[in-house]
Amino acid sequence: MSIRLEKIDYIYEPDTAFPVHATDHVSLTIHDGEFIGLIGHTGSGKSTLIQHLNGLIRPTSGKIYYNDKDIYGDGFSMKELRSKVGLVFQYPEHQLFESDILSDVCFGPKNLGLPKEEVERRAKHALALVGMDESFYGLSPFELSGGQKRRVAIAGVLAMEPEVLILDEPTAGLDPKGRDEILNQVKKLHEENQMTIILVSHSMEDVARFASRLIVMDHGKVQFDGTPTEVFRHYKELETMGLAAPQVTYLMHALKEKGWDVNLDAITVSQAKEEILRVIKKK
Amino acid sequence: MIRDITLGQYYPIGSPIHRLDPRTKLAGTLIFIIALFVAKGLWAYIIATIFLGAVIRVSKVPLSYMVRGLKSIVILLLFSVVFNIFFIRDGVVLVQIGFITITAGGLIQAAYMAVRLIYLIIGSTLMTLTTTPNDLTDGLEKSLGFMKKIHVPVHEIAMMMSIALRFIPILIEETDKIMKAQMARGADFESGNLIQKAKAMVPLLVPLFISAFRRASDLAMAMEARCYHGGDGRTKMKPLRYQKNDKIAYGILLFFLVLMILLRLVG
Ligand SMILES: Nc1ncnc2c1ncn2[C@@H]1O[C@H](COP(=O)(O)OP(=O)(O)O)[C@@H](O)[C@H]1O
Ligand SMILES: [Mg+2]
Repeated sequence: MSIRLEKIDYIYEPDTAFPVHATDHVSLTIHDGEFIGLIGHTGSGKSTLIQHLNGLIRPTSGKIYYNDKDIYGDGFSMKELRSKVGLVFQYPEHQLFESDILSDVCFGPKNLGLPKEEVERRAKHALALVGMDESFYGLSPFELSGGQKRRVAIAGVLAMEPEVLILDEPTAGLDPKGRDEILNQVKKLHEENQMTIILVSHSMEDVARFASRLIVMDHGKVQFDGTPTEVFRHYKELETMGLAAPQVTYLMHALKEKGWDVNLDAITVSQAKEEILRVIKKK
Repeated sequence: MIRDITLGQYYPIGSPIHRLDPRTKLAGTLIFIIALFVAKGLWAYIIATIFLGAVIRVSKVPLSYMVRGLKSIVILLLFSVVFNIFFIRDGVVLVQIGFITITAGGLIQAAYMAVRLIYLIIGSTLMTLTTTPNDLTDGLEKSLGFMKKIHVPVHEIAMMMSIALRFIPILIEETDKIMKAQMARGADFESGNLIQKAKAMVPLLVPLFISAFRRASDLAMAMEARCYHGGDGRTKMKPLRYQKNDKIAYGILLFFLVLMILLRLVG
């Protein structure tokens, strides 16, 4: 299973005075089981890029292959693609429309034309995955907190049982607790259900903790693509793109300058702690 | 698609038309509309075309931008053209099949009608494209200020209008987003019969209404937080004042209107 993008160009409002070149010759391959962090400054084209992956927008030029099949080729089922590649938009809670939570989560699988029992089974399973038990089923979305609403909306996509889950800034506007809950659930989906994850974010700290591969976008182009350690070595360049490496990267570089013999590749707080302790013990 | 509705969208670019006083543009639009209804005969339409073309040129707004806005009235246009072709019997009969009669007069009338409608839409679109919603409210409020004497809440009406105009593009964008989000969940807005299509709109309309209410209440809150209390005793940071260009514009507009009236009287 893979999604392959070849030279994706997308231009908004092409025949006006202000065409916006949102993605610029983006070529990428997304493999099975990856946990990808897609980062970039606001307006760098992240949201535009991910909408290509399930055929919601058609590139101005370029090709998209899902399992080596051209998604705009003859006989390709867009419906199937959308069920395999689940896309959770930014502020997904704004799309809730049913009067109770269970019915709303049923919307996706129902559209796939599944039998009623299967629809309900999937919906309940998806709600369990995001940590919402039976007591929530009958509630109206309006009775929930912001973080809970968002989890319901994510369940709405999970209920289609996608193989790839794309989340566009899933933590935007949440408090630290809500943010951690969502990120930990995403991590669980990746580890326990072997789902391929693409997490869009502009917070390095968030993605550094979970992603095994980082893709950095700037002005519609892919600037870096590699493991977090590799990407954060370019922390000076990241700054010129309006991004910042995780705080610990700066700490490690500062320590190094003071003559500490630390390994600069630590990217999370716990890695940094280990590394500093190691150096202290050696002294 | 729905993004093609250009009415109510401001096209931010500097041009002499953009810099005109909003009252001039409002009056200009009104005069242009009146002139269109006065227009009679080929010459009148040629002059109206030149006039509109010149204004569009000076405004620097690309023509394609306005033509896109016309797509939304295609049905109305077709309807009125067909109506005119079949029901006006005037002049030489060109085609006669059964009860259908097409006359030369009917065809000409239909063509004039279509041109008139198209120009009407382009003319009013041009005004909103070149005037910020804020200017538009100011202009409306000041032009209609005399109605305050008969207790018409002019300020409130102007404010509501400008907010409504401003909300059109926002809601269009929102519709686009919600549609995509539901399509990602397998929703299908295109196929099916009329009833199925209407049912498919529910997942779009409910979130859209909720979002409109949320935005409205946010806006109300933001206005109150800045002590907005309606029009009484409110002064302007930039009071509207006519400039030299406005006088020239009024001159041209009057000349245009008089010309159209004369052509009608002569023709
Ligand atoms: N619907 C749209 N119409 C016009 N321009 C858009 C639209 N959506 C996004 N853009 C523009 O495309 C560029 C990329 O936007 P986006 O993909 O949303 O970036 P990101 O998600 O990284 O913030 C931005 O300059 C943005 O203004
Ligand atoms: Mg975005």
